[in-house]
Amino acid sequence: MPTVSVKRDLLFEALGQKYTDEEFDELCFEFGLELDEITSEKEILIREQGGEKAEGASDVVLYKIDVPANRYDLLCLEGLVRGLQVFKEKLEAPRYKRVSPADGGEPQRLVITEETASVRPHAVAAVLRNITFTQERYESFIELQEKLHQNICRKRTLVAIGTHDLDTISGPFTYTAKPPGEIRFKPLSQSREYTAAELMSLYKTDSHLRHYLHIIENEPLYPIIYDSNGIVLSMPPIINGDHSKISLNTKNIFIECTATDLTKAKITLDMVVTMFSVYCDEPFTVEEAEVVYPDGRLSVYPELAYRTETLSGDFINKRVGINESAESIAQLLTRMCLRSEVSGEGDLIQVEIPPTRADVIHACDIMEDAAIAYGFNNIVRSTPRTYTVANQLPVNKLTELLRQDLTAAGFTEALTFALCSEEDIADKLRKNITETRAVHISNPKTADFQVARTSLLPGLLKTIAANRKMPLPLKLFEISDVVLKDETKDVGARNNRRLCAVYYNKSPGFEVIHGLLDRVMQLLDVKPGRNQGYHIQAAEDSTFFPGRCAEIFSCGKSIGHLGVLHPDVISRFELTMPCSAIDIDIEPFL
Amino acid sequence: MADTGLLEALLRLLEKVDGGIDSQDVAADLGVDHQLIVGAVKSLQALGEVISAEQKSSKRWELTGEGREIAEQGSHEARVFNAIPDEGLPQNELMKMPSGKVGFSKAMSNKWIRLDKAHEGGPRVFKTVETIEDTVRDKLQLVQKGLSAKLEDKEKNELKKRKLLSEVTVKSYWITKGSSFSTTITKQETELTPEMIASGSWKEKKFKPYNFEAMGVAADCGHLHPLMKVRTQFRQIFLEMGFTEMPTNNFIESSFWNFDSLFQPQQHPARDQHDTFFISDPALAHEFPQDYLERVKQVHSEGGYGSQGYKYDWKIEEAQKNLLRTHTTAVSARMLYKLAQQKFTPVKYFSIDRVFRNETLDATHLAEFHQIEGVVADYGLTLGNLMGILHQFFTKLGLKKWVEVGNSGVFRPEMLLPMGLPEGVSVIAWGLSLERPTMIKYGINNIRELVGHKVNLQMVYDSPICRLDS
Repeated sequence: MPTVSVKRDLLFEALGQKYTDEEFDELCFEFGLELDEITSEKEILIREQGGEKAEGASDVVLYKIDVPANRYDLLCLEGLVRGLQVFKEKLEAPRYKRVSPADGGEPQRLVITEETASVRPHAVAAVLRNITFTQERYESFIELQEKLHQNICRKRTLVAIGTHDLDTISGPFTYTAKPPGEIRFKPLSQSREYTAAELMSLYKTDSHLRHYLHIIENEPLYPIIYDSNGIVLSMPPIINGDHSKISLNTKNIFIECTATDLTKAKITLDMVVTMFSVYCDEPFTVEEAEVVYPDGRLSVYPELAYRTETLSGDFINKRVGINESAESIAQLLTRMCLRSEVSGEGDLIQVEIPPTRADVIHACDIMEDAAIAYGFNNIVRSTPRTYTVANQLPVNKLTELLRQDLTAAGFTEALTFALCSEEDIADKLRKNITETRAVHISNPKTADFQVARTSLLPGLLKTIAANRKMPLPLKLFEISDVVLKDETKDVGARNNRRLCAVYYNKSPGFEVIHGLLDRVMQLLDVKPGRNQGYHIQAAEDSTFFPGRCAEIFSCGKSIGHLGVLHPDVISRFELTMPCSAIDIDIEPFL
Repeated sequence: MADTGLLEALLRLLEKVDGGIDSQDVAADLGVDHQLIVGAVKSLQALGEVISAEQKSSKRWELTGEGREIAEQGSHEARVFNAIPDEGLPQNELMKMPSGKVGFSKAMSNKWIRLDKAHEGGPRVFKTVETIEDTVRDKLQLVQKGLSAKLEDKEKNELKKRKLLSEVTVKSYWITKGSSFSTTITKQETELTPEMIASGSWKEKKFKPYNFEAMGVAADCGHLHPLMKVRTQFRQIFLEMGFTEMPTNNFIESSFWNFDSLFQPQQHPARDQHDTFFISDPALAHEFPQDYLERVKQVHSEGGYGSQGYKYDWKIEEAQKNLLRTHTTAVSARMLYKLAQQKFTPVKYFSIDRVFRNETLDATHLAEFHQIEGVVADYGLTLGNLMGILHQFFTKLGLKKWVEVGNSGVFRPEMLLPMGLPEGVSVIAWGLSLERPTMIKYGINNIRELVGHKVNLQMVYDSPICRLDS
């Protein structure tokens, strides 16, 4: 959930009303937001870097507001204020309009060449005319781009935004891709020109930009935008050129978004222009720009598309669990920036979804907004009439019953991790990793998460190692799942429910573990015996001490092993005493 | 039990005094070792209120071994003096005496004797006085009689310096009569025996009182893990509410069931390497319900079922990637798909099982945790129903505030309709972690103290049963 930080006094000025913290918290809640924190730059610095660094920092009160992940229209002060004013019916939602250039001239044009296809094939553009910036508006403009980059743009992988002072450049613009060695320009905040290759190494240490380098780093061609005079506007998704940078005095802004996902690029562009066209001489109008694709196709942006959905009041009432008239529901939706009218036919409501509400993609989203506006706390709770009979999963039912009786048999339950290192299930158990049938993880951050366990034994032995100061004997068990590769399953692996127990003392206590087997079999109502019963027979297993290991058979089927652990296994788990163990599959007993 | 004779002797002594007596005095009076008296005091105490005894400690002067010898045989100097006849003694003979060396120099400085070095036949020692007073011996005898108070501190310290006296701390009991004081003793039994029951002799016996302050012997038993105890209670709650348990015993899941089937777009950050454990072996899932997969692809890339869709290029390669499931909702999706393949009947499902996140670890986050999930599918379910069922669930947990530890919602039509569920069916669901409420319940701040091999078994041994509603 993104957090938007706004200056309280600025917010109240824009809302035309002052609130106490409690009142504003309540307003946020009603609108489906959460006032997460009340702080200041100074407080944040003191908390993060200590008192000294915070000296002289601003103590202007900041509201940090949690915004739902897909509400890109609430990521800046402008959007928040517009949303809240409409919600409080102090303002009617503005209509955003795409217009042709005022002087009747040609629209700005961005031409995409085919070289971009391999790296970042899409681009959209628009122009904001006659905008008036103040320091606050300018900062908010930059901050919104950053917020969009972090959210809908997925850290610039899907979309990167570039904004330029249109009066410093001249179209038509060309969006192409070139080998890094052939790109050369002066980037933002640098005093000289660099090649693209030099920039990539320069930004390796840049705390902000280094996170984006990987997006194009290994590409043979880097995306680049030029104006008609060969001036570099930007090298997306890394950095803009210094030449076209915007300032407080910028009047006309050229906005381009390059992308790997065209839908997200359109939404991003719509967000930037709908939010900031409020500061244009003619508010909420956006000058169109043309984008020409390599195949000659021409598109006009921004789309600023309005869409109408028709749904019935009954649908909303039934899904939310309320009983409101169609008119009242239309009013609720209008307060959520979804201008709605009852169409006159029955209880049908026409709902207009504006370009700022890209998150509304289905009637169920409209239903949710109606519920927010109605107030979740006003919805009457009711119990579903759904009649069902409960069943336990057989393997879990068996597990629950066995756990109880294993503790009654004097063993204590451990709870160990399902993920572990290769070493835990192989070397330390004197097994070869290839014979374990283990599932391997491709992106573990540490060795603790290399594989899914194929045995419960390592976890139990590590539990003992962490509890060596406890009085002996230690008697532990766990009944839980291991994971094994299995070609017959759709994903190529399956879980297997196992019972493992260990006895750790000054003497190996094989008879104790053997006795536990007898007890478990008694509980499972399996009698001792060769055919229909259970028996054990001598076996060799590298985890166990030679001559001290037996395989366990039930109804003629091998279900596991028991025995005295091999001394090397004991020392590899940093233990010092003899130890015996049992490890069986309990699924045959379902 | 100390000898009954001794106990009664002690009680008789005590009977004669007003107030109390010191155990050291008793030992002296009865002429027995003090330790025996201490034993007697303890035995009497165990009988109830016969006596009361208070431990005290005091300092006392005592003769050293050498001091005792001197009290008996006289000081070294006196012994030297007494050994010399009127005609004197050769010095070398005198020095052969056990007390010779020390006694000679002391007697010299006391001017009791003189040495004639020029005597014919070698140096010879003569008495210079007729009689002597052996004050050292006298003083030591005083101490021996327990009259050390008659000596001045200076004198005692000088004797201490000569290692004839030492100051010792004496522990003793101040014994007074108890509320049921008596000079005769009835022997008390410690335990009831089969013989007493058989003979009925228990009726005449007195039994030694138990010490109810002491702890009992620890029960010889195993213990369930606290997190698993809480899991059992949550299962119980769901079963009480009529929810059927889902088969969540499949940690490895395909991206398709974990994400795509839930209408989670393929660029969603949760699908990053940073958040999810992907599998390198077996890397890909190889089997999907083909027509359902086509419908999922369509709703993502083009929309349908009343949805705009996400309008992006949906890739099967992304859906095939195997991973460690990030939520049990992957299983809910499989169950709802299965449900949609039959004639629809309403269901209530639950599960409590492990899920995995490749995220940064801290005091409350591990790479794996247990997710609790509840799902209800029926015609015409409302948000009011969701809130109602959540209220019932959390009421059973006993804490209404716990709503904050979980998530809840209504599954999207883009998830349900491609599965083939009927149009009017709604599915409401909620989830929370098992660890969070358990940590709150058992007052544990660091999750590593609860889950995994670093757990302190003493905590497991000591943890109470889990009753969520109390």
